[in-house]
This record gives sequence, C-alpha cells and structure tokens, in this order.
Amino acid sequence: MSTFLGASIGRKLIVAVSGLFLILFLAVHLVVNLTLLAGQETYNMVAHWMGTNPAVSVIQPVLTVGLLVHIGYSAYVSLSNWRARPQPYYWSDPAGGSTWASRNMLLLGGLILAFLVLHISSFSIRVKLGDAPMADIGGVMTKDLYAMVTARFELGWYVLTYVVAMFFLGLHLAHGFHSGIQTLGLSDGTWRNRWVLLGTGYSIVIAAGYMLLPIYFFLRTHSG
Amino acid sequence: MKIKLKIWRQESPDSKGGLVDYELDGVSKEMSFLEMLDYLNTTLIERGEEPVAFEHDCREGICGCCSLFINGRPHGVGAEITTCELRMTAFENGNTIVIEPWRAKAFPVIRDLIVDRSAFEKIMQAGGFISANAGAAPEANSIPIPKELADEAFDAAACLGCGACVAACPNASAMLFVSAKISQLALLPQGEVETKRRARDMIAKMDELGFGACSNIGACEAECPKGIEISHIARLNRAFVASAF
Repeated sequence: MSTFLGASIGRKLIVAVSGLFLILFLAVHLVVNLTLLAGQETYNMVAHWMGTNPAVSVIQPVLTVGLLVHIGYSAYVSLSNWRARPQPYYWSDPAGGSTWASRNMLLLGGLILAFLVLHISSFSIRVKLGDAPMADIGGVMTKDLYAMVTARFELGWYVLTYVVAMFFLGLHLAHGFHSGIQTLGLSDGTWRNRWVLLGTGYSIVIAAGYMLLPIYFFLRTHSG
Repeated sequence: MKIKLKIWRQESPDSKGGLVDYELDGVSKEMSFLEMLDYLNTTLIERGEEPVAFEHDCREGICGCCSLFINGRPHGVGAEITTCELRMTAFENGNTIVIEPWRAKAFPVIRDLIVDRSAFEKIMQAGGFISANAGAAPEANSIPIPKELADEAFDAAACLGCGACVAACPNASAMLFVSAKISQLALLPQGEVETKRRARDMIAKMDELGFGACSNIGACEAECPKGIEISHIARLNRAFVASAF
C-alpha cells in the first residue's frame, strides 16, 4: 500500500478524493447559506440545529482533516512537479489548449485558503468562543448568527473580498472537478467533455450561489 | 527572407548554456524548418564556427527523433506535426525564432538542442512489454478483436516517443507517453493480462527518473504530433487503481 500511495498517481488520488469530498461539502454549505434568504428566524433555527446536531460534530473533524490533506498533498505534488523542470524555458507559449486555471491551481488554492482564514476568523471562531449576539426563537435563546452574518455583509470591503474569493473558487473548481474525476480514472473519450461541462456548470452554480448572498444583503442595506 | 534566430547553445551536459543570436539571410519559404537549420549550420561551418547540434532522422514525421521547442511550443506552431514537418511558410521576413531544447530533469541536455531521452526507454524496459512467449504469429481470425478496440490501440501505438508531451507539460510529466504505451497493450488480449503490473512498474520508473505528476492540464494532448488523447491517461489511472487490489 505504501508504494501505491507513495507513487505519483497515488498522491494525486489523495488530492482528487479529498478535493471531490470538499466539492460536495461546498454544495451542502451553500444550501445552508441560502436559508439566509428565508429570514432571521429560519436561518437561526437552521444554525442552531447545525450547532447541536451530533452528525455535524462528527463531520466537522473529517472536513478539517480532508481540507488539510488536500492542501498538504497538493503542495507536495506541486513541489515535486517544480523539481521535474529545474531549468525553465526562455519562451513558453501555453496557447496549446490548456486553461489558465489548470496551470495555476496552487495559486488559486492559496488565495482560497487566505480567504478561508478570514472567513473562519470572522464567523466560526467567534461563534465557538461565544462572542455572538443572542436572539429569541420561540422562547429559546440562541446565538443570533443571522445578525452576525448580515452585519458582515454590510461592509463593502468584506463583500468585495468575498465575491473575488468566490470567483477564484469557481476557477479552482472548474478545473478541479473534471481533473479529480480523470485522476480517479472515471473518464474516457465519451465522458470527458460531459465531465468538463458538468464541472463548469457546477462551479458556476457554486460561485454564483455564494456571491449572491453578500451582494444581496449589501444592496439591501445600502439601497436606502 | 531574412530571419533572426535565438538558439540555445551548450557545449556539454555539465557546461553552462545560453541563448545565442544569429541572423540568417537568404532563407526561402520553400525550406523545411530543419533545412533552414542545415543552411544555418553550413554558414556557421563556412565562418569556421561550431554548427548547432540538433537531432533528426527520417524527416517525414514518423521516427520521433526531432525535438525542438520553437517559439514556446514543442515542434513549433501547427497542429499534429513534428519539427521536421514544420515549413518556413509558418514564418515571415524579419521574424525572430527562439529555439530551445526540451526542458525536463529527466531529459538532460547532451549538447545544444539535443537532449537525452533514454528515460523513455527505461520506462519501457520497466514494463512496456508482453512477457508471455507468444510463439509464432497466430492465425489472424483466431483471436477476434472488436474494430473499435483495435482502432484505439492503434491510435495509442502511433506515439513516436518524441517527448513533446513532457516538453509541453508545465510539470514535465511523462503520463501521456506512459498512458499511450499502456493503452496500446492493455486494449488487446495479449497485453491485457499484465496491465496492472505494467501500470505499477512503469509509473514507479517514471517517478524514479524525475518526471512530474499529471495535473490534467491537457497541454500534452494539444502538442502531441500524433494527436494522442488524455483519455489514455484516464485508462492508465484506472489500471493503477486496479493494481492496488
């Protein structure tokens, strides 16, 4: 098994599996986010349910490990790929059919990671530390995450950072989705274009879905 | 026409190389790219200078010997051609042409534009063969093979082993080459039985020789002179996953 996972394809399989797992998580996260549109009570109820659900407390560490594995192995694979060409070309023309995103996955991943640090420090850690306003839902006092999130979405700089980060995420997914499938060997001449199309569609839905909320709340507050 | 050239010159594997500028007058559009280099070398020899070392053999796109990185692309502009099939009609009077060798740790420069591609042979020796003693050629109809499979295996077998895939790949990965060799054998009954071992051994050798890992960028496929597709890489990945079981 060590020669299997130690081989270049084995390491990429780890990147692919962890990446596809994170891709699925993004859809779940987006669905939860979209309940913001249903109003303060619904969102706080969903957030309260998420915070107290035992399944979530199991998934959270799995997610953290998945993310760390994805980052660690991607960096490791990229590093060995750099070593494979110690002398760069004087002139390299990438015109030959590859996308910018496919050639810059590590850069995109790094930018997404930077946003993730900001995101976790502005929401998750504050909630965990109990530094959140309280709200009354049907007689039960819960953390008013709705107020916290919407307050953030009133800040111009935060909304802009969020939207730009989601654009990078979309680019990362546009390559990552079909790339992961290809690494798992689940593609062929017929399915290849279908996976690319599906991945592109998925990345647009995810990126646009995440962008929608900060833009909506920002405009709602600032349009009078 | 008159063209400017920037050519990588390097005396030996250990010496430090660099791009050297040349101006070449009297280049004809009818020349092939390699004929233009022959012409350059003639003028260099007449001036008492060292000619530029580059590899070539059949000059008709089937041997896989020529290997130049021209204006940022392996085998230059044009789809599915080798350097020897590139014509000077692709260039205009006054153009500057940059010529570099393939760049990869596993393909060290021997001299000027010639690189050592024996790494490909080592990968083949690690598993790119059928070890069963097949005996004499069997009667053609005794092993029926579906036309689609025969065609796909033949498409994979068109790989010249020129190394353009490695040269084009930002990761200097040899996955397209290895996958073509896997496909040409795995799709046919004689080769199918050893597919798992072949995939594992060839990948282990590829890693050991210092090639990078494939990140599904697709530059290899776009630059392959024989149009080998990356769907072969998916087959290689499948064979590798299967080798764990």
